Amino acid sequence: MYKFGIVVFPGSNCDHDCYYAIKHVLGQDCEFLWHHETDVERFDCIVLPGGFSYGDYLRTGSIASLSPVMKSVEKFAQAGNPVIGICNGFQVLVESGLLPGALIKNSSLKFVCKWIKARVENNRNLFTDNMKVGDVLEIPVAHGEGNYFCTPEELKALNENSQIVFRYCSEKGDITPESNPNGSIENIAGITNKAGNVLGMMPHPERCAEEILNGTQGRLIFESIISWLNLNKKVTGRA
Amino acid sequence: MKEFKVKVEVKLKPVVLDPQGKTVLTALHNLGYEKVEDARIGKLIELKIMDSDAGNVRERVNDMCKKLLANPVIEDFVVKVEE
Repeated sequence: MYKFGIVVFPGSNCDHDCYYAIKHVLGQDCEFLWHHETDVERFDCIVLPGGFSYGDYLRTGSIASLSPVMKSVEKFAQAGNPVIGICNGFQVLVESGLLPGALIKNSSLKFVCKWIKARVENNRNLFTDNMKVGDVLEIPVAHGEGNYFCTPEELKALNENSQIVFRYCSEKGDITPESNPNGSIENIAGITNKAGNVLGMMPHPERCAEEILNGTQGRLIFESIISWLNLNKKVTGRA
Repeated sequence: MKEFKVKVEVKLKPVVLDPQGKTVLTALHNLGYEKVEDARIGKLIELKIMDSDAGNVRERVNDMCKKLLANPVIEDFVVKVEE
């Protein structure tokens, strides 16, 4: 059993969903981590959940990226440990500089809340190791600012380093403008850092982790993290 | 020590699409203001700072912009300092 830490900022609202999926669906140890905490050493993986941290004031994720816990998360990530940011968590990761680019207002100006399809673009990282490139996942999104933007140089680097993990796609897996819910550059739905141990994604895997939620493919991401921990970390044996 | 009034204008970079501005542009056209060719929406942040030197203030506010007030990936900023 591994210990997952779920960071709670004022305004996080998917923290309990993540807790439920990780603890009760996947049977892992899980603890909430208040944004003032600075000791994150006891964790094997850190989750930055969705929500509206600090009311999305100034820019989404900008205030949260400066909270005390993020300094420790940065060190945790630099040491090669897994960090996953979902939705608002992705916005916090780009604002903190752990991931490149920015997330801006959806091109439609509307908040989108629906099921989308995301194609696996790369499985050579600890989050999608159990999937095949080209697999199409069905996952819900719910955001007003998920429009991924970066400079042409950054985009080139993302492609060259295989940092793009998910792209919005059609039912059949084609990358089309119609399947892009928010106007993201190149239909980007999720990216990792260069080292591959920090993932940011707009879709919500914790919302499709068991049958009753009409989808279980989100579980694959957490299972991939657990497999990686099995290979790379000693089980801590916490009850 | 003097009181400085600082205005920081934060604007989306020209290459970044501004859907909010586009919507406002359409609304202005609907109101009959057809000569409006473009609308871009930014932010104005006003700060009150006690310091002895305007140069100091400018330098510190520039730092604040880079660290928090603006996101250099998508935004440009202009700092105006008044005594």
